[in-house]
Amino acid sequence: MTYTPHKPPIAESPEELRRRIPGWGVDLDPRDRPSVPKLQFQEDFTGAHWEFPERQPEKYPRERSVEHGMLTPVFGTAQPLSGVSGAIRRHAYRYAEGRMAHWLLLVLGDRVDAWEHHLKSLLTLRPDNPITETGVKAEFTHHGLRSRVGQHRTDLKHQVLDPVIVGGPWIAAAGAAYVGARSMARSLARVGSDGRRPVH
Amino acid sequence: MRAMAYRGPYKVRVEEKQRPRIEHPNDAIVRVQLAAICGSDLHLYHGLMPDTRIGHTFGHEFIGVVDEVGSSVQDLRVGDRVMVPFNVFCGTCWYCARGLYSNCHNVNPNATAVGGIYGYSHTTGGYDGGQAEFVRVPFADVGPSRIPDWMADEDAVLLTDMTATGYFGAQLGDIVQGDVVLVFGAGPVGLVAARSAWLMGAGRVIVIDHLDHRLEKARTFAHAETYNFTEYGDIVLEMKKATDWLGADVAIDCVGAEADGDFVQHVTSAKLKLQGGSPVALNWAIDSVRKGATISVMGAYGPLFSAVKFGDAMNKGLTFHTNQCPVKRQWPRLFEHVRNGYLKPSELVTHRVPLEDIAEGYHVFSAKLDGCIKPLVVPTAA
Ligand SMILES: NC(=O)c1ccc[n+]([C@@H]2O[C@H](COP(=O)([O-])OP(=O)(O)OC[C@H]3O[C@@H](n4cnc5c(N)ncnc54)[C@H](O)[C@@H]3O)[C@@H](O)[C@H]2O)c1
Ligand SMILES: [Zn+2]
Ligand SMILES: [Zn+2]
Repeated sequence: MTYTPHKPPIAESPEELRRRIPGWGVDLDPRDRPSVPKLQFQEDFTGAHWEFPERQPEKYPRERSVEHGMLTPVFGTAQPLSGVSGAIRRHAYRYAEGRMAHWLLLVLGDRVDAWEHHLKSLLTLRPDNPITETGVKAEFTHHGLRSRVGQHRTDLKHQVLDPVIVGGPWIAAAGAAYVGARSMARSLARVGSDGRRPVH
Repeated sequence: MRAMAYRGPYKVRVEEKQRPRIEHPNDAIVRVQLAAICGSDLHLYHGLMPDTRIGHTFGHEFIGVVDEVGSSVQDLRVGDRVMVPFNVFCGTCWYCARGLYSNCHNVNPNATAVGGIYGYSHTTGGYDGGQAEFVRVPFADVGPSRIPDWMADEDAVLLTDMTATGYFGAQLGDIVQGDVVLVFGAGPVGLVAARSAWLMGAGRVIVIDHLDHRLEKARTFAHAETYNFTEYGDIVLEMKKATDWLGADVAIDCVGAEADGDFVQHVTSAKLKLQGGSPVALNWAIDSVRKGATISVMGAYGPLFSAVKFGDAMNKGLTFHTNQCPVKRQWPRLFEHVRNGYLKPSELVTHRVPLEDIAEGYHVFSAKLDGCIKPLVVPTAA
C-alpha cells in the first residue's frame, strides 16, 4: 500500500499473464529493446556509403532555417515558395525557430496561401468545391448519425464548429462579393441615370 | 500521376500531378501499392502544422515497387518491393550515426527541431508523400527495406509508422516487470503501445479514450483494462482509486495535439491555433502517475508552446522520454514479434479507401465515423 513500503499487489502472477497474453515478457530484458539505450553507434551507417552525402543541386533559392549552418545536402522541392504567401513565408524564415514570429508568420502564410489558391482555382476548370473536398458525403455513406448518437463521445461538442471553420470564410467571401456587387451595380445605375439627365 | 492534394483546412482532393523525378543520385522513385492515413495526418488536415502548403501531398506510411533509381543507388533494384520508414534520413549525420534517424540533420532545411518526414509539410522538409501513385524516396540505400516474403502487405505498410511508433512508445516508458502502465489514446498508436507494454513485462495495462469502439479494440487486441473518460467525473482521481492511491508507474501519451476532454484546451489549440497543442492527455498523464514515474510522449505537438502542468511534473520528479519514432531501428526485433504473432498490425485496419475517394477517407477518420480505427489508401493503378 502507498502509505507503507510495499507496492500494491498485481492481481495476476507472471505465469498467469504469460498464459493469457502471447509474448508476455519477451522484451523484459532491456537489452532486447531496440531503442534502449537511446544513443547507439551504428557501425554500418544503415547502408550509407558516404560520411557526408553528395549534395542535391539547388535549382532555386531554397528557404532554410537560420539555425542551420548550411542548406542540408538533401531537401524537399514539393511546393516552392510563390505569391504573397511565399513572401510572408520567406520573411518568416528570417527568424530563428525559437521565436514566436517565425511560427506565427508561417501560420499567416498558410491562411493566405489557401485564399490565393481558392481564388486562383475559380479561374480554372476545376474550382475548389468545399462540399466534395471536405468529404462530407461520407456522413451519408458511413453512418454519420449512428456513429454519433448514443455514444459517449466528447468531441461532438466542438465538431459543430467544423462547418463554421470551413464554411464560414466562404460564406463571408460570398457575402462580401454580394455586397460589393450590389454597391457597384447601384453606383453604375446612378452614373447611368445621371448620364441620361438632360444637360442645360 | 494521381495524387492527394491539400486544399486548406479540412479540404483535400485528388489531382493530376507531375510524376516525381530523381533529384539526387541516391534517390529512388517508388510506385505506391498501399498507403495509410495516420493520426498525424489529421494535424495537417486540420491546418495545425505551420507551413503546410496548398497542393502538398500527404502520406508517410506506404509500400510499393521501385520504379527508378539514381546513379549512386547500390542496394535497391528496379522492381524490388519495399517498405519505407516514415523518416527521411541520411544514415551518417551525428544523429543517424547514433540511431536517431527521426532526428536526422541532413534532410530538413526548414527546421532543426524536427527531422525529415514524407508528406508532412515544409516544416519537416517539404517532401511530397505517399498518398499518390509515385513518391520520391531520398537515400534509397538507407531508408527502405525489401518486404520479407512471409510478411503480408497490410502488416508491412503499418510497420512503416504506427506499429513501430507504438512499440517505441512502450520502450520509452522504461517498463519493469509488474509495472502499471497507463496508455492515453486508443488510436492505432495507443493500441500498439498497450499491446507492446505486455511484451516488456507490464503487470497491468490500462487504456483511456472516449470512443467505445476503440476501447473495445483495446480489450480484444491489446488485452487491456479500459476506461471511457466521459463516464467519470474526474479520470485522474479514478486512476488514483484504481492504483491503490499510488498512481501508475508509467504513462504513454498516444493522443497529442488535438486531445479532447477539456473544451477550452481543445478549442484554443485545435480550432483557434493559439497553442501548439491541447495538452489534456499529457496533463492527465502527469497527474495520474505516481511520483518518480516515467512518461513517454508519442503524441505529436506543434512548435508553439502548450499549457502543460510543468510544476506538477517537476514536483513529482517525473522523467519524460519523447521523440518521433526512429522506425528502421525497431524493425529487426519488431519483425520477429510480428512473425511470432505477438503483434498483428493488420487487425487494426477498418477501412480500405480508393485514392480517388480520399476526401471521404479523411472525413471518416477525422470525424471518427463508422467505427474507424485505421484507414488504408489504395492507389488507382495498384
Ligand atoms: N512520435 C511519433 O513518431 C508518432 C508517430 C505516429 C503518430 N504520432 C502521434 O501519435 C498520436 C496518435 O496517433 P494515432 O494515429 O493513434 O491517432 P488517432 O487520432 O487515431 O488517435 C488518438 C486517440 O486519442 C483519443 N483521445 C482524444 N483525447 C483524449 C484524451 N484526453 N485522453 C485519452 N484519449 C484521447 C481519440 O479519441 C483517439 O482515439 C497523434 O498525435 C500522432 O500525431 C506520433
Ligand atoms: Zn504517422
Ligand atoms: Zn542523418
